[in-house]
Amino acid sequence: MSIKILSPGLLTTIQDTGRIGHRKEGIILSGAMDSLALRLANLLVGNPEQAAALEITLTGPKILFQENCLLALTGANLNPKINGCPVKMWRPVMVRAGSILAFGKPVLGSRTYLAVAGSFHIPKILGSYATYLKAGIGGFNGRALQTGDSIPGNWPAPAVAPIWRSLEKKPAPNGFAEVNWRLGSSFYPTLVPNPVIRALKGPEYEWFAPDSQKAFWELPFSLTNQSDRMGYRLKGPALNLLKEKELLSSAVTFGTVQVPAQGQPIVLMADHQTTGGYPRLAQVITADFSLLAQVQPGAKIQYKEINLPEAQGLLLAQEKRMNHLKNILSLKFKT
Amino acid sequence: MKKKLPPVQIIPLGDAAVIVQFGEIISPAIHAWVKAFAEKIAQHPFSGFVEMVPAYTTVTIHYNAWVVSQEGKYNPYDEVVGFIQHQLANLTPGHKNKPRPVEIPVCYGGDFGPDLDFVADHNHLTPAEVIALHAGGHYLVYMIGFAPGFPYLGGMSNKIATPRKKTPRTTIPAGSVGIAGTQTGIYPLSTPGGWQLIGRTPLALFNPDREPASLLQAGDLIKFVPITVARYAEIKQRENEY
Repeated sequence: MSIKILSPGLLTTIQDTGRIGHRKEGIILSGAMDSLALRLANLLVGNPEQAAALEITLTGPKILFQENCLLALTGANLNPKINGCPVKMWRPVMVRAGSILAFGKPVLGSRTYLAVAGSFHIPKILGSYATYLKAGIGGFNGRALQTGDSIPGNWPAPAVAPIWRSLEKKPAPNGFAEVNWRLGSSFYPTLVPNPVIRALKGPEYEWFAPDSQKAFWELPFSLTNQSDRMGYRLKGPALNLLKEKELLSSAVTFGTVQVPAQGQPIVLMADHQTTGGYPRLAQVITADFSLLAQVQPGAKIQYKEINLPEAQGLLLAQEKRMNHLKNILSLKFKT
Repeated sequence: MKKKLPPVQIIPLGDAAVIVQFGEIISPAIHAWVKAFAEKIAQHPFSGFVEMVPAYTTVTIHYNAWVVSQEGKYNPYDEVVGFIQHQLANLTPGHKNKPRPVEIPVCYGGDFGPDLDFVADHNHLTPAEVIALHAGGHYLVYMIGFAPGFPYLGGMSNKIATPRKKTPRTTIPAGSVGIAGTQTGIYPLSTPGGWQLIGRTPLALFNPDREPASLLQAGDLIKFVPITVARYAEIKQRENEY
C-alpha cells in the first residue's frame, strides 16, 4: 500500500499520540491535536490506537491511493469525497487502487484524521512518528506533506482480513465500498461551532484580579487567526493580575491557558513548548481536548469551571469507553 | 549534616499532571532538592508515570490517569499525591551525587561571536576579559526547555551582563553562545533571536539520533572552554561523523 499526495492542502502532517518521554530534554510532545479522533481512526482500521495517521487541517489535500486500501476518516467534517462522491466518516472504507480522496469546504471542525490499515512505513524518531515541524524531525522527512510525496504503508493487521475481503467483494461503482455501520456517537463529543470547554483553575489562578477571574468564566473568547498547532491565541476581555508578579519558568502542558502581560490568553496545544513563564490561569480538561482541537478560527469558546475529581471522572469514563470499543471492534472485524 | 526539606507544595496541573514545588527562588540549594527528587522518581517510577520535567524550583510529573486509577478503581490524583509524599519522605538532597561536569568547547569572537566587541564595550572590558570571565565560571543547568536541548544556565558573572539586541536577528546558527541580560545560553537549533552572540560551540546540543537526544540534562555543571577556529573545525567534523 502506498499513497501519493497530489496536493498537500493547508497543513497535512503525519501524527501519532505524541513523542512521550522527552519533555525534560525540551523536546515537545507533538502528536495529534485531536488525539481521541486519531485513536478512533486507527482502531477503525485495526491499527494500534497510537499508530501514525494523517492530520488534515481545514483545507484538505488530494490523495491518490496507488493500491487497494482500507481507511477511516474521523474528527472534523471537511467534506471528504472519493472520486468526487461523498464518502462516509467514522467507519472502515475500502478504496480501490487509482482512487482519489479530496475534500471540500469545511463543514464542522478543523482537523480530520485519516488512518490507513497497517499505518505508514516511516521511521520512528525518539519513540514517535509525530512530525515536529520546528526541529524538522519525525513524520515524513520531518515536514508537512508536499505535492508528489509518496508514503509507503505497512501490511494491515491480520484482524482486519475478513472485513477487508468482504469489502473487496462489495460492488464499488465509485471506486470505494463502505461498511453499513458507524462508530457510535458516544465515543466522540458532538462538535458544535462555538463550544463550551470545561476547565480547571490553573496554578496561578489566585494571582488574577477577581473581575478577570469572573470574566474568564462568563464571557466568550474568540479564536484568532494567530492560532496554530503550538497554541491558540484568544481574543476577549482583558485578563489582569492583581499585582505584577514574575513567575519562574516551569512546566506547561496541552490545554494550559496562560496569560501574557497584554492580558489576552493563549491556550497551549500539541506543539506547545515544554516550559513557560506566563501565569497559568486555567487548564482545559483532557476530556474536552477534541472540542478544543476542532474549534475553527473566528469561533467563540465559552469556558466552564469544573473541579479535578469531575475532570478525572470524565477522563476515566472516556478511557473505559475506548476499552469497550476495542472489544466491540474485534467482533465487528470478524464479520 | 542532614539538610532539612523545605516546605513542598503539590499543585495539580490539570487532570494528568502535577507540580511538586520546592521553593520560589532560583538557588542551587533549592535545585539540589529538585534534582534529588527527580532522581528518586526516575529510580522508582509508579505505574502510570509518563514523564517528568524538572525546572528551577519544580518537578512536574505527567501521569496516565487511567493507568494510575487501575482502570477506574481509584482516584488518580489521590494515588499520585500519595506516591509523591511517599518519595518525599526520607528524601536527601543530591550532595551524594555530584553534578555531572560537562565541558563545552567554544570558539569565541570573529564570525562565530559577532557581538563579542559590543559586550566588551558595554561592560568597559576588553574582548579577552569577556572571554576570561565567561569561560572562568561554572554554570548549573537548572532546566532544559524553550527548544530541544536548550539549557537554562545559572552562574554568569554580572560583569558581562548585556541587554538583548534591539532588533533580533532573523537566524542564529545552531551552537551559538549568547548573552541576554544576566543569562547566558546556547542555541541548539538555528532560530531567530535577540541574544548577543559571543561565540559558537561545535557540539550538537540536540541530536535526535542520539539517546538521550539532549547533550545536557538538568543538574549538569558546565564549563566553557575557549578553542581556536581550527579546533572548532576538527570537533565539528567529528560530530558530523558521529
